[in-house]
Amino acid sequence: MNILDYMRDHLLLLDGGMGSLLQAQGLAPGDLSERWNISHPQVIVEIQKEYFEAGTNLLCANTFGANPLKFDEKELEELIAAALQNARRAKEESASLQPKWIALDVGPLGRMLKPYGDLEFEQAVAHFSAVCRLGAKHGAEVIFIETMNDSYETKAALLGAKESCDLPVFVSNAYGEDGKLMTGADPLAMVSLLEGMGADAIGVNCSLGPDALAPVVEDYLKYASLPVLCKPNAGLPRVKEGKTVYDLTPEDFACSVAALVKKGVRLAGGCCGTTPAYVKALREHLEGVSPVPLTRKEQVAISSYTHALLFEGDTTLLIGERINPTGKKRFKEALRAGDMDYILKEAVAQEEQGVHALDVNVGLPEIDEPKMLRQAVESIQSVTDLPLQIDTADPVAMEGALRCYNGKAMVNSVNGKKESMDAVFPLVKKYGGLVVALTLDEEGIPETAEGRVKIALKILKRAEEYGLCARDLIFDPLALTVSTHENAAKETLKAVELLTKRGLRTSLGVSNVSFGLPARDLINSAFFTLAMEKGLSAAIMNPYSSAMMDAYRAYNALSGRDRQCVSYISYAESRPAAVPASAAPAAAQGEEGTNGGCPLGRAIEKGLKEEAARLTLRLLEEEDPLAIIEKRIVPALDRVGKGYEEKRIYLPGLLISAETAGVCFDKIKERIPAGAGDKCAVVIATVKGDIHDIGKNIVRLLLENYGFAVYDLGKDVSSEEVLEKTLEVRAPLVGLSALMTTTVPAMEQTVRLIHEKAPFARVMVGGAVLTPEYASMIGADFYAKDAMEGVRYAEEIHNTL
Amino acid sequence: MNGVLVKSYPAPAVNYGEACRYAGGKKGDAALESALEECYAGLSGGLCYRVCYTELALQKRGELLDLSFAQTTSADLKKMLDGCERILLFAATVGQAPDRMILRHMRLSPYKTLLFQAAGSERVEALCDLFCADMAREYGQKGFGLTPRFSPGYGDLPLSLQREVFAALMPERHLGVTLNESLLMSPSKSVTAIIGLRLKS
Repeated sequence: MNILDYMRDHLLLLDGGMGSLLQAQGLAPGDLSERWNISHPQVIVEIQKEYFEAGTNLLCANTFGANPLKFDEKELEELIAAALQNARRAKEESASLQPKWIALDVGPLGRMLKPYGDLEFEQAVAHFSAVCRLGAKHGAEVIFIETMNDSYETKAALLGAKESCDLPVFVSNAYGEDGKLMTGADPLAMVSLLEGMGADAIGVNCSLGPDALAPVVEDYLKYASLPVLCKPNAGLPRVKEGKTVYDLTPEDFACSVAALVKKGVRLAGGCCGTTPAYVKALREHLEGVSPVPLTRKEQVAISSYTHALLFEGDTTLLIGERINPTGKKRFKEALRAGDMDYILKEAVAQEEQGVHALDVNVGLPEIDEPKMLRQAVESIQSVTDLPLQIDTADPVAMEGALRCYNGKAMVNSVNGKKESMDAVFPLVKKYGGLVVALTLDEEGIPETAEGRVKIALKILKRAEEYGLCARDLIFDPLALTVSTHENAAKETLKAVELLTKRGLRTSLGVSNVSFGLPARDLINSAFFTLAMEKGLSAAIMNPYSSAMMDAYRAYNALSGRDRQCVSYISYAESRPAAVPASAAPAAAQGEEGTNGGCPLGRAIEKGLKEEAARLTLRLLEEEDPLAIIEKRIVPALDRVGKGYEEKRIYLPGLLISAETAGVCFDKIKERIPAGAGDKCAVVIATVKGDIHDIGKNIVRLLLENYGFAVYDLGKDVSSEEVLEKTLEVRAPLVGLSALMTTTVPAMEQTVRLIHEKAPFARVMVGGAVLTPEYASMIGADFYAKDAMEGVRYAEEIHNTL
Repeated sequence: MNGVLVKSYPAPAVNYGEACRYAGGKKGDAALESALEECYAGLSGGLCYRVCYTELALQKRGELLDLSFAQTTSADLKKMLDGCERILLFAATVGQAPDRMILRHMRLSPYKTLLFQAAGSERVEALCDLFCADMAREYGQKGFGLTPRFSPGYGDLPLSLQREVFAALMPERHLGVTLNESLLMSPSKSVTAIIGLRLKS
């Protein structure tokens, strides 16, 4: 019988612990238990037989740590084959009569994924694929992914399983005492991610005993439409008479787990510290207990690697629209230059304005959008945990971004055209997602609200054919400009109302309504208020617009969404009061200070960012931008740099001054054409194998402040990548950093390659393990003992050009 | 041989002086301390204080030190473990919150990156102090004194010993701490170390 068919009407009893039982049989600490599948098959079979005889329906083969990072290809296949064969023997030889199945047990790889560790996401997917393919080949009936404490690795494992076999996949995560995964995800975030990707059962195991895990399990039961599984530990371990024991008896354990089953858990067993006796006790407690019927939960959600965002009836969510090059000159320049930091600043700044999610659009005709979008998503999710909306018209870019996104994304967009639906829906089905459906089709945008609703229903019907449903869609009835169609806003608002009445979610790109009109904020904010009143679920909007934020806060207070106006009051108190233009003090420039610096110079030295930004803006009204740099900013930086060299100023002081100068440069860059005042190109990187980049980042910051065009390739960079960039921008200077002795050879190799293939470039090196002698031994042109020395050398090179 | 035990601790008190020192700042720098305070506030919800550990036998054979989970010829470790017949091996972590903040600021603010690095280091060292004090109390009752803690990479004890430490303690499973190819741990604010247990005369 197919296990999924059986699960429809039956509880499924799982197995219990294995590691501690093997240790009792002599498995030494540090030995890999998977090898016992071949060296001690009888021990494994006996334990597994006991589990089957205790009542286990689904038994995990002894393959928890069997993966390509621990075993070579040949041994991996031998171990997985032997493990599944042992499990089959146990199944055949056990006397009990219940239906029995065997799962390939898939644990974490034991290496953290980037950006927190060094393993590439796609590499992890490939490893899991390899393991699952072997499992399917050697007779596994289920893939059981378990003890995952990182949402990203969980996603890689589920993707790897789905892409390598057709077996049912069960996914179990390990939660800490705080009710979250080690990397931060809460249960709703995991439910959203895993259901979106098509797991067959989801739940929790390990870490804690059944009572401590109960709140997490209850969250799963509240939100999951899939069967929920639960394999807790036998309580907490302690040492008793020289042996590790767990504090729950089989009876206590079974009693607590059975209580969770009565609440709705449908697959139950044990993890660390549990034995066949625990499973037997659990079976006895579940005698005569029928499974709680599965119900379909209707929440509409997207998620990040920490939390989910619910689209509920009486809230409107704000989606920041600023990561989008349309109409933004600086943004376009940044995209063409591959300047990811510009995008990251936009992400963080919008988060600080209080948006709930971020739209990410990097589409420009002349760039490689799939590559850039993936890079943008990976970078943004390393600086913020806001859920993202992947915004692209290119299905290839969309798939790449959905793949690497650590959560369930919002997808912008699909429309009623057949071509669009056939391209987007399969991606949403595979990776999960909440897709924005634009109510237009081959015929264009209907003028009336009713016409748009009709398209919405057509899109929904087509989505259902792809196995999606209403909670996977959010409808955008399209805001059109009122400057050309006087009824445009009215029809859009009516469509929002009609869709909301049908229980569907809606989203609008609010700003379109005012296109072609002056003082657009006035129109946008009024339209936004009206749309919220009609039930708008989400608005793609500009969070820097105080009119929009005002409208949002005020509407929430007026509509009763903001209880006791708590949010409104706190917003109003921190809201910058409008200052009449005449009240702004005029004297900003001039007045040379007593410390030898101007006010701007002093602000930089003290690290007062806001003050420095304000002073810079004021100076820009009177002075030449380049003069501000040369006469005010650079001398201040020089004073700080000198103070650092003389040990009067400490590292934190150096950094905060450099950052403050960076703020000033940003203000100046907005005023002057790109390229002006730029010094030569410098390529910098932390070499292959090394992930330390604090020092390199400091060097970059200082070089940028001194006007150099810095190409920062990041950390763990191969010599080929350094060479490629050096040739591309014809950089006369390359800076390499290494912190670990083990990576100095990689540095030497990079120096050699640069000298050979890019003889016009000098190479300076630095980092904790290097000395001037060492640097000259590996052929470097210059050893910089700290960031300031690096800058001085760069100036020297620049002056000789 | 015992199995591996896991302990969680409440947050130890913050030592701002230590954090300033890790940041390379001047002692008593009020502005730096107040910036650090903000960092701690940003971290506090996300930190955990978890340790997994095991007690093992120690044997000396000439130059060779048999730590039960690995063998080494480290003279520095041998000197520290002089007179000990047993050791504690532990891994400690304050979780991923500091890494998240470090990553968030790395591209945008080297200054804040430095502060979160310092705060995270102070937290994990404070956790180690707490654990060692706890063990000193527990083993004190059994008549043992504790040596200072000694980590792979200190003195002549090679960092490569981390592989054996991880195989023995399985901190991946117990704490979610993993080892990468360059033998660095993730979360980065984690420590592994050996403590000698010496019978009090």
